[in-house]
Amino acid sequence: MNEQTRSIVIVGVGGQGILLASEILAQAAMLEGYDVKTNEVHGMAQRGGSVMAQIRYGKKVHSPLVARNEADILGALEKIEALRYADYLKPEGLAAVSTQAVMPVTVSSGGARYPENAEELLRQAFPRLLYIDAAKIASDLGDIRTANIVLLGAISQGLDLAEQSWEKAIILCVKEKFLEINRKAFAAGRCYS
Amino acid sequence: MALRRLMSGNEALARGAFEAGVTVGAGYPGTPSTEILENLALYKPDVYCEWSPNEKVAFEVAAGASLAGARSIVTMKHVGLNVAADPLMTLSYISVEGGFVACVADDPGMHSSQNEQDTRNYARFAKIPLFEPSDSQEACDFIKMAIEVSEQFKTPVILRTTTRVSHSRSLVELSERKPSGKKIGLAKNPPRFVPIPVWGRPMRQRVEDRLIRLKALSESSPANRMEWRNRDLGIITSSISYQYAREVWPEASVLKLGMSYPFPEAMMREFAAGVSNLLVVEELDDFIEQHVRALGLACRGRDVVPGIMELSVDRLLAAKALLEGKTPQVSMPSAYGGRLPPRPPVLCPGCPHRGIFYALSKKKVLVTGDIGCYSLGAFPPLDRMDSILCMGAGISMAHGLEKAGEPSKVVGIVGDSTFFHSGITGLLDIAYNSGHSTIIVLDNRTTAMTGHQDHPGTGRTLMGERAKAISIEDIGRACGIERVSVINPYDLDGVDRVISEEIAADKPSLIVSRAPCPLRERKMVGERRKIKAEECKSCELCLNLGCPAIEGTEEGPRINETLCAGCGLCEQVCPAGAIGSIVRGEKE
Repeated sequence: MNEQTRSIVIVGVGGQGILLASEILAQAAMLEGYDVKTNEVHGMAQRGGSVMAQIRYGKKVHSPLVARNEADILGALEKIEALRYADYLKPEGLAAVSTQAVMPVTVSSGGARYPENAEELLRQAFPRLLYIDAAKIASDLGDIRTANIVLLGAISQGLDLAEQSWEKAIILCVKEKFLEINRKAFAAGRCYS
Repeated sequence: MALRRLMSGNEALARGAFEAGVTVGAGYPGTPSTEILENLALYKPDVYCEWSPNEKVAFEVAAGASLAGARSIVTMKHVGLNVAADPLMTLSYISVEGGFVACVADDPGMHSSQNEQDTRNYARFAKIPLFEPSDSQEACDFIKMAIEVSEQFKTPVILRTTTRVSHSRSLVELSERKPSGKKIGLAKNPPRFVPIPVWGRPMRQRVEDRLIRLKALSESSPANRMEWRNRDLGIITSSISYQYAREVWPEASVLKLGMSYPFPEAMMREFAAGVSNLLVVEELDDFIEQHVRALGLACRGRDVVPGIMELSVDRLLAAKALLEGKTPQVSMPSAYGGRLPPRPPVLCPGCPHRGIFYALSKKKVLVTGDIGCYSLGAFPPLDRMDSILCMGAGISMAHGLEKAGEPSKVVGIVGDSTFFHSGITGLLDIAYNSGHSTIIVLDNRTTAMTGHQDHPGTGRTLMGERAKAISIEDIGRACGIERVSVINPYDLDGVDRVISEEIAADKPSLIVSRAPCPLRERKMVGERRKIKAEECKSCELCLNLGCPAIEGTEEGPRINETLCAGCGLCEQVCPAGAIGSIVRGEKE
């Protein structure tokens, strides 16, 4: 068992499936005997707003919230959401970012601009960047809605949790009829480089 | 080894209530409290649960069950306790029979709320005990203790969580359910249950006597404990603040208050005497600190720990720096933060509320709003809400504006669940006191914002049974409103016509805008739409709908096919006729 508490932040847009990814991660850590705490936001923010889930595991975990500059991994299902929460990641932390762009209504209604050079900004912000087209990978596998699990696979690359813990956690958290596609999605993200 | 499960604070409260032998649960949905009752209902048929029309009713339902001898809980968010404050204050007098716990969830940081009130004050106000868990295990343990204390002292108890306690997940050890041995049946005893003055005055005295006995209990409650570590700094704390404080000051001694009212005064004195420096760490009001100071104990607290918005490890690190006489590190928000377009929550694609707000945006009226998904109608580009106060106020404040002589016509907006919660009395007032307001009920057939709970209009109950679906139109007529109409919010011309007629009418009117929430129905409203680029004049009128599926690009607006719910509003607002259905099978 790793002595040090691990902190993971997963961000995106309400409705992208961040909560399921967070739940699987927490289960996997729990299966290895770690103390686990997670946090998520419900209610108004879920209506297409910017959302975040946080997971911390270790020998003994107090705060369910990740402090700034503390996260070992920042996972993002949307490009600029990764930038919005960049300050949560440790300087040497791993950023796993999906190439997806979801226009905020402030942009679509003409008020604000979506940064055109988002990728460049990501490369500047994150020295350790896994830039992954999770949506395309998921879509090629047969279900675009598993992009969250593809990303989780990418996140898993930065964690010391065993293969069989992930496997069991997915079985525990996913409905049986979606199990196969989610397994494949996870594997695709886990071996992505 | 006992079975351990990863549970949210709310799931753990439900589990604890089940294990404590609770048989009746009532509540009204409200973030962050909603999942307590939803999870308790899963233990049917051992437990009866219901969504009541509002928190006051729910409170009284649970109180009635308690008087019959049943263990009961009532759940709500912090502002819900304002609605239920009337029964709370007097239930404290008439006392309870079966264990009675009000689970109230505060929302520091106002993630999903209109204010940041601190429920702990209500415990002192009503002179009843208060429990504050700091994680899911404590949520499960404390509700069992709370039921026990309630039954032993015949007092209602408040169990207060916060957003971070309710919605954080942590490990919980499960135990067996221990049913209450009490026989159900109210033992007739008017001097105990009827607070007319002659019997109420002795009750008043009993409340004070009970508080003294509860204080003694608080001194020995396992929920309150001293953790002795380094004696240089001692921290008094409760709820989630305990967890943050442990991260920031791992070496400090801690007095952890789990039963935080009545205050364990002797324990506070003993702890203060055992440390060189005393610090109180609490979220929102200086509830504990004021009492520590009243005991004559010197402490730091609100001078370094902020009392506005939720605490965090980051904010306590700043407090630590101040305490040590250093300048706190200015927390550096993401270097990119300022340059990124904000992403506020929005009405979903296909939301039936959009048509109403769009129609209202064409009219010179004031709109008094209410609490629900439709609060999002306040954001640009719809920007069609001029006030929000509390549940039901969309109706009554419209009437008040009119009576004050407001020169603009006023339209009051309320949701279906909110209408049943607090809208009916306001409507009655308008009819009774000769108002002229136009009230629109945005009836999407569910309590949407909190995650699609049923209500008296849906024809289903929390127990999953069919029920009588109460008609909003019938209630309107019964309240004395003669002009009652039902409209389809996806038909913009119809919406515009009816709203114009009703605003012009010299009588009050009730318009029911009826279409189910597509998010709940999980199906398309109609055929997906697309913009024919060659016919689009780039006038961008469709962008005024604030639909997340319509994206403004350099080449003009386009519709995101995966997001479009097919409501067709954009087709109706397009003056060039450039928007049409995507024919099945055809690709962009």
